[in-house]
Amino acid sequence: MSTIVQNHKKLERNVSLLGLFAFVVVAIGGIVEIAPLFWIDNTIEQVKGVRPYTPLEQAGRDIYVREGCYVCHSQMIRPFRDEVERYGHYSLAAESMYDHPFQWGSKRTGPDLARVGGRYSDEWHVQHLKDPRAVVPESIMPPYAFLAERELNPGDMTAQLTALYRVGVPYTRADLAKANDDLKVQADPEADTADLLKRYPKAQARDFDGDPSRLTEMDALVAYLQVLGTMVDVNAAAAQEELAREKGR
Amino acid sequence: MSLHSTYDLLRHLADSWGLLVMTLVFLGLAAWPFRPGAREHNRDAANLIFKDENDG
Amino acid sequence: MVSVLSRAGIWLAVLVLAVMAVALAADTGFAVHMTIVALAAFVGLCVSISTVDYAAVARGIIRTPADPGIYDDDPIRWGVIATVFWGMAGFLAGLFIALQLAFPALNLNLEWTTFGRLRPLHTSAVIFAFGGNALIATSFYVVQRTCRARLAFPGLARFVFWGYQLFIVLAATGYLLGITQSKEYAEPEWYVDWWLTIVWLAYLAVFVGTVVKRSEPHIYVANWFYLGFIITVAMLHVVNNLDMPVSLFGSKSYPLWAGVQGALVQWWYGHNAVGFFLTAGFLAMMYYFVPKQAERPIYSYRLSIIHFWALIFLYIWAGPHHLHYTALPDWAQTLGMVFSIMLWMPSWGGMINGLMTLNGAWDKIRTDPIIRMMVMALAFYGMSTFEGPMMSIKSVNSLSHYTDWTIGHVHSGALGWNGMITFAAIYYLVPRLWNRQRLYSLRWVNWHFWLATVGIVFYAAAMWVAGITQGLMWREYGPDGYLVNSFVESVVAVHPMFVLRAFGGLLYLAGGAIMAANVWLTILGKLRDEAPMRDAAFDPEKDRPLAPVPAE
Repeated sequence: MSTIVQNHKKLERNVSLLGLFAFVVVAIGGIVEIAPLFWIDNTIEQVKGVRPYTPLEQAGRDIYVREGCYVCHSQMIRPFRDEVERYGHYSLAAESMYDHPFQWGSKRTGPDLARVGGRYSDEWHVQHLKDPRAVVPESIMPPYAFLAERELNPGDMTAQLTALYRVGVPYTRADLAKANDDLKVQADPEADTADLLKRYPKAQARDFDGDPSRLTEMDALVAYLQVLGTMVDVNAAAAQEELAREKGR
Repeated sequence: MSLHSTYDLLRHLADSWGLLVMTLVFLGLAAWPFRPGAREHNRDAANLIFKDENDG
Repeated sequence: MVSVLSRAGIWLAVLVLAVMAVALAADTGFAVHMTIVALAAFVGLCVSISTVDYAAVARGIIRTPADPGIYDDDPIRWGVIATVFWGMAGFLAGLFIALQLAFPALNLNLEWTTFGRLRPLHTSAVIFAFGGNALIATSFYVVQRTCRARLAFPGLARFVFWGYQLFIVLAATGYLLGITQSKEYAEPEWYVDWWLTIVWLAYLAVFVGTVVKRSEPHIYVANWFYLGFIITVAMLHVVNNLDMPVSLFGSKSYPLWAGVQGALVQWWYGHNAVGFFLTAGFLAMMYYFVPKQAERPIYSYRLSIIHFWALIFLYIWAGPHHLHYTALPDWAQTLGMVFSIMLWMPSWGGMINGLMTLNGAWDKIRTDPIIRMMVMALAFYGMSTFEGPMMSIKSVNSLSHYTDWTIGHVHSGALGWNGMITFAAIYYLVPRLWNRQRLYSLRWVNWHFWLATVGIVFYAAAMWVAGITQGLMWREYGPDGYLVNSFVESVVAVHPMFVLRAFGGLLYLAGGAIMAANVWLTILGKLRDEAPMRDAAFDPEKDRPLAPVPAE
């Protein structure tokens, strides 16, 4: 007993021991909770339809990140009747597996955007982003008219996709090499999109901002908004099977 | 050993002996500073900040 | 001379590297940031090669008393001033964005002033600039007094202060320019994160170094909390900010973690930014300043030991309660909920320990407005550490999550607990650091107390009403089986609450302004001519029963 007392006094009087012991104590919780997520099936499993973002969508996503949209819009539909009716099928883990960073958000000052893709027209989005109150008079969203004015200049898309590839997004060699062309092709109504659509199935290629002559930041952001939540066909049999496995939600 | 049986094993441990051991360890640790021998030591430690009055 | 040369050499190297980075910058934001770094290095270079003693000039400006050589208090004085300054900046930003939510025209139609860019500016300014400076300054003060030792590595301590201010400036300007990772409370980009890591390790070195050279055998419990806070924040910051930069000369990077893993790492970080930055660190302040101001030892030193170990062990598990009903696996959510509820106990143990320190001296609440602030801080700590576990219960969370209830909860903790205990510590420190007889005005402290308290009440009450309104409207079904409200109807419904919230913020800001004036006038050495705060006067002549008057 007396030796334990001695040992305890040592801890109270030795700053490195105190620090080390405190570190061990605080590390336990994180390790137990976080580590399993890297091998548990339903957090790492592929679901049919989920693919990496096209360069234009990713550039749009970077604008979404830059403007801090997450402070008011979530991208995570919970499995409640009202949320599913309001926003669409509840979100799957796999749907954000290529989201660096995740943008689930924590606050809905505006509505959830996890499945906003395809729910409104491109024109609606452009008008709404330029002047939210012209479309929804009671809206309190800031106006983003400058996005339509500004040329899309995301830098070298190959470098950006390479960085994403390095953190685990499975872009192919062709995807990386053609990234800068893909960026323009997707928003150019004149261009041949067959190759793009082969590598990025179900990608939507068209002019998004209503001005085909220019490639603006608005093009990119609307392209991103229009793909949100559309990759997985939630009513398909395979997806239903996956949902059944994600128990307890 | 498959993943599933690891889960079962841990689950079983967590609601039987493991739970008991953790509860006892917790109670022991919480009672620890209240052991009689620590009274003097703790009083000194608590008053340590008043030893030097003009430390402004 | 050699040290001057080598120091100037380092500054010159940094300056050259920064200028090269400006030239090679891949984007404007990075160029702006490297210009700021270059300017900082240029100022450092000038100061180190100039024959003018800038330290003496600075001591003249902020009226520093002579250094008796016992304790190294210069970085603490700067830290107190920085705390007040950044506090005002953060409160002002908060009021502005609160008004933006009530009156969206205030987004000013400019890209730099949208709510999305200003909100991280507000949160970082109050948490990291105001709170962080308060923590660094008070930890340097407390560790010296409780260890009876002068700061170890004085040069490094000054690096910590200025390096931390540079971190704040880079982070804040970055948000306005759109340089952000959009990870809540971890928004700064990769190079700013690296800079903070360096500064933080220097901070750890100064703190531990001072503890090591102490002349007091026991390590006082406040230092345990400071040490736990510094180590844990280092761990959280590094793991959550592992990024892959797109280019070494660009601001853009992609976080290593994605999706579910990203979400859990982020909220493991995010919740423990609350648990360790805003709780453990501020509890350290509580464990020193409350006993000192009350002039009596902490109620139970033994309870403080249990408080420490229980708090740091339990807090780290609680993160998943931010992800209830999301795609995070169920078991992790349950674990987070259980630990959050258990956290209630050590939290209230700490609150009781602080409050009961006043046992036998409760009259001080009436006579000492600084004690009153401390008691109110502990009361809000108790309130928000009850509210938190309650909101982490899944069924409660299903209503409260995504609503303004969360915002209200955060602010009752931040304004009530962190703000009040910091104000009390500042009022305690300023007369002592500047060798003044007392504060310029204790009655102004009283004004500050009431403005802040009433402001918090307006804020929290408005957000409770707004949050529950949102939660109920979103899930309301009519008899026809359809959702009753469109989303925007909930936006309209909470407009009056948003206005009231801004009013509460205005009161809180006004209290802060009174503090800034009071601190500044104290530093100038002025004393307000005022009636002292004390009990009702005791007149023994009047303290006797009425003489019986015979009935006529």
